[in-house]
Formats: sequence, C-alpha cells, structure tokens
Amino acid sequence: MSRSIDPVADADASATSGRPPIARGAGFSTTATCSARRTILQFFRTPQVLVMGTVQGAMFLVMFRYVFGGAIRTGGELSYVNFLVPGFLTTIVLWTGMSAASGVAEDAATGVHDRLRSLPIPRVAVVVGRALADTGLTTWGLFVTGILSFLIGFRPAGSVVHVAAGFVLIIVAGFAFSWVFILIGLVGGNAQAAQGLSMLVIPFSFISSANVPVQSMPGWLQPFAANQPVSVVINAVRSLMQGGPARVGIGHTTAYWVAAALIWCAVLVVVFAPLCARRFARTH
Amino acid sequence: MDPIIEARGLTKRYGDVAALDGLDLVAESGCLTALLGPNGAGKTTFVSAVATLLRPDEGDLRVAGIDAFSHPKEIRKVIGLAGQYASVEPAMTGTENLVLVARLFGADRREAEVAAASILDRLGLTDAGDRLVRTYSGGMRRRLDLGASLVGRPRLLLLDEPTTGLDPRSRSELWDAIRSLVADGTDVLMTTQYLEEADQLAKHVVIVDHGRVIASGTPESLKSQVGKDVVEVRPGDPSDISVVVEVLASVGVEEPRVDPDTHRVSVPVEVGAEELTRVVLELTRRQVHFDDIGLRRPTLDEVFLGLTGKPIDPDGTEA
Ligand SMILES: Nc1ncnc2c1ncn2[C@@H]1O[C@H](COP(=O)(O)OP(=O)(O)OP(=O)(O)O)[C@@H](O)[C@H]1O
Ligand SMILES: [Mg+2]
Repeated sequence: MSRSIDPVADADASATSGRPPIARGAGFSTTATCSARRTILQFFRTPQVLVMGTVQGAMFLVMFRYVFGGAIRTGGELSYVNFLVPGFLTTIVLWTGMSAASGVAEDAATGVHDRLRSLPIPRVAVVVGRALADTGLTTWGLFVTGILSFLIGFRPAGSVVHVAAGFVLIIVAGFAFSWVFILIGLVGGNAQAAQGLSMLVIPFSFISSANVPVQSMPGWLQPFAANQPVSVVINAVRSLMQGGPARVGIGHTTAYWVAAALIWCAVLVVVFAPLCARRFARTH
Repeated sequence: MDPIIEARGLTKRYGDVAALDGLDLVAESGCLTALLGPNGAGKTTFVSAVATLLRPDEGDLRVAGIDAFSHPKEIRKVIGLAGQYASVEPAMTGTENLVLVARLFGADRREAEVAAASILDRLGLTDAGDRLVRTYSGGMRRRLDLGASLVGRPRLLLLDEPTTGLDPRSRSELWDAIRSLVADGTDVLMTTQYLEEADQLAKHVVIVDHGRVIASGTPESLKSQVGKDVVEVRPGDPSDISVVVEVLASVGVEEPRVDPDTHRVSVPVEVGAEELTRVVLELTRRQVHFDDIGLRRPTLDEVFLGLTGKPIDPDGTEA
C-alpha cells in the first residue's frame, strides 16, 4: 500500500517538491458535461424514476385521449386526439421540470453540491450541465410519448418540417423552463419542499390550452389561461403541427405564436439562469 | 513549516445562533487534527468555512497559507472534502464516481481512470469498482466518499464525522485508511463526536462547544488535564447500587455517577489499574455480584463534565 495515491500527480512531472499541484481544475465544458452525465445516468439507472418519468406521461395521455376524448369539443376543426397531443407533448416540459426540482434539492441536501462547490471548477457550469441534462430528459419523454401519440391516432395536418419544428420548439421550451425548476430546487432545500413548491406549476399545466380549449373556461379564467407562457408555447406547437391557428381555433398567425413562444423562452432564460447561477455559486 | 490552517476569531451567525463564536484554531502541517464536539458545536460550520463553502462574518482564515476570503479558488485546488453525509452517486459505479471527480479536478479521461483504479485499490474497493454504489454497504459508501475526496491528491483533507453510523469493523477499516494517508504526508482536519476516535487518530485535538474552542492539545495532555480513566461497575442486582456507589466513592476523585437505565455506576480515578483491583477486592469482600466491571477511557461526555463542570447540552440551546 505504499504506492502513490494518485498517478495523475506523477503524470504532472513538473513536480519539484514532493507534492505537485495536480488539481488544475476542470474547465467549463468538462464541468458541464460531467454534471449533465451524472443527471442522465441517474435517470436511466434509477428504475423508479425511469418508470415514473416515462410511463406516467404515457398513461395520462392514453387516459385523456380515451376518457375525455368523447366529451370535449375542440372549437376548431380538430378531433380531440389531434387537439390534445401537441398540448400534452408540451406539458412534458413541466413534468420533467418537477422531477428536476426535487433532484436538485436532493443534491443540495445530501452534500453533493457541497462537494462540487469545494472543487476547483467554474460553479456556474454545474447548473448549466443540469439544465442541459433536463433538456435531454424532456427530449426523451417527447420521443416516447411522441411515438405513443401516433399509435393512439395522432395525425398531424402540418408538413413534416412544421411538425419537426413543433418538436424542436418543445425542446427549446424544455431548456428555458428547466431554469425555473432548478431555481425551485436550489431554494427548496430538500426534495419534499421542492416537490411541494413545484406543484405550483400544476395550474400552469391545467389552466392552459393543453387539454381543453380556453374558450370553454369561465370568462375570468380565460385571460390567464390564454396568455400564460405554457399556453403560448402550446398554441405555437399546435399551430405548427396542425396547419395553422385557424384550424386549431385561435387567432393570429403561426409566425406570431412561434415568435411569442420564443420571446417567453428567452425571458425565462434571461431571468432565471442568472438567478440559478448566483444561488449555486454564492458563498453564503 | 507554515500551519495548514490558521483561524483567528472566526464568527458566523445564523439569526440568534452563533455557529462560530470567535473560534481560534491553528492546525499544524504533517498530522491529523481532530475537531471534537457535541451536536451543534459548530464543527460542520468550521469545515465549511475552510472548504470555502461559506464565508464567516468576522475573523481571518488562512488555509495552506492562502487567504480564504480573497483567494478561495486557490484553496479549492489544495483541499479534498468528504462531508458529513456520503455524497457519492448511488446510480453510478464506484469507478464512475471517482472518474467523475477526478475529471473535475482537471485530469483527462485516461489519467482519471488510472487515478480511480489506484484509489479503489488503496481503499480495498477494487472488487466492487464496477458495481453500482446503490448496492454498497454504508461502510463501503463512506470509503468511496473518502476516495472521492482524495482523487485530486489534496494537501489538506477535510473529513466531517467520517465514521458516524458505521459498525465497529467499518470504522476501524476507515481509521486504517486515514492513518495511511497521514503517513503519506496528507494533512487532515477531521471532526468527530467520539473521544476515542480523536484519541486513535489525532496528534492534536481541539474541543469545541458553542462555536468556541474550550480546550486543545495532544490526546494525552487533554486526558490528563480533564478526563481520567473511569472505573465502571454494573451490579448483578440493582439493589446493590448503593453499596457500589459507596465503594467507588472511596477510590474515585469525584462523586460516582449512576446511570438509572443501565444500572452502571462509574467514577473517574487517579491510577486506573490499581483502583480497579481495589474495587474488585472490596466488592468481593462485601459479597456484591457484578455482571460487568472494567476500566475505560473517559467518554466525551465525561471530558466535557471535567472541562465545563456540566454535561453536554444535547440541543446546543444553552448560551
Ligand atoms: N444554514 C444554517 N441556518 C441556521 N442555523 C444553522 C445553519 N447551519 C448551522 N446552523 C446552526 O449552527 C450551529 C452549529 O451547526 P453545525 O452544523 O456547525 O454543528 P456541528 O458541530 O456540525 O453539529 P453535528 O454534530 O450535529 O453535525 C447549530 O446550532 C446549527 O443549528
Ligand atoms: Mg456537523
């Protein structure tokens, strides 16, 4: 057991004294990659999380489609399944986000953040990696649920390019919204608290154009339901996938909705990313 | 050589609680310094300050000669931290966990793999290296966590209660690992709630309570200063307790203490072995049966009693 602890040190042959400074510290991209990789492995190797994150969404989609499908009129020309799927796919962003919030809080509570913050790395890169990983997980959910959607009768009217653009827009929104949830995780302190706090997004999911047309809601609820960011993204995705706003029962043009969705995403990133970075990097 | 840690008047308040209350501490290079104290004493707060995780409100702190407040990034290059709870990732293998941390210390992929393998070997985890940490025992997780703090080959290792919650065997394995690190020239700051642990590993022990140092020195000097050996007797019949108290009072330097739950009677004595013999003879003469009798090292509780004249305040509420 007398060998040196760390061959890394021996590789750093500039050593003059007994203890060369091997800890140069990783750069931004290595740190972000390591952080993202850990989150992704955690997801795919924790059966409960993998099943929850994948099967749960699928189950809800099937239930909505067959339970509510008969009762809900979409207001436009769409059948319920064609109305539902673009909205449902967009809300994957929120479900991924909720588990991200509790994951981040768990890392804070169990000392993972303390270890990371004690390392010679750019601290901000840790949260950037987390946001990228969560975007990846949104993409995974989108992939699984997307396939299922076609199986249960989703037939987009838009061109292949437009449908693909709809998927890309959801991924962009996944990145933007992940910052909100990371912040919730960082301030939540523990997984339960973070989970509780992120329940606040449920209204954003249900009081939106995701599952039912906004026109079917009471008048006082409509301004919020129509203009909150989740609905704006859903309207953009639905218009892209289903061949224009008129067909889905809303005003304006597809370009209008896409631009509005992108502006919302930019606002979320600009506001929440710096808050996350500051919160994680602070020496309190 | 310069001291590895020099803290002067460190103060950190959380509302009304002073987690650190003017703490002064100098840890010499080339040995293990143990920070000994009860729950809420401020041990984790101090370790966090040294690890540049938090910034005290007042005071000066130098680590490896570097000012902690103006150059925290430099300090992160010379320390390794194993926090109070093992923070390795359960969904990754032992090797993957170490490679990840080595990469963050700046090693390239190949270097990181070599470093991880050598640390696993050193900690006796080679066979478990390819298993998910989820399947590890608590002791193995702790050892891997220690390993993760070592991959950057730190000058100063910070261990916050490294053996809490471990069974005696895992504890002594971890002790061996820590001893061999110190022998290789790593400076260690370790916190503990166990006097025995400090006694086993440390050259220098600092006792803290309520954010302040209340005593420090070598384990030997502290024990002769405050904690004398203790003779402890458990009579077979609880009704004999009063006789036992009487006998122990005749040899002890203080009033004997009775633990009402376990029926153990104990008293600190001047010359352990001699007094123990006298107690055995006297109890036999009086025909008192005992289930257990022995001479043991003082507990942290008793050291506190000796130092402060009052037992450890378990909630840390008293001012
Ligand atoms: N973030 C915080 N907010 C409020 N109070 C805190 C915080 N961190 C520590 N404290 C308080 O500061 C005091 C010292 O805490 P610290 O964690 O340093 O103790 P410790 O010696 O490590 O205890 P333990 O043996 O239980 O780990 C305690 O009274 C604790 O409640
Ligand atoms: Mg502690």
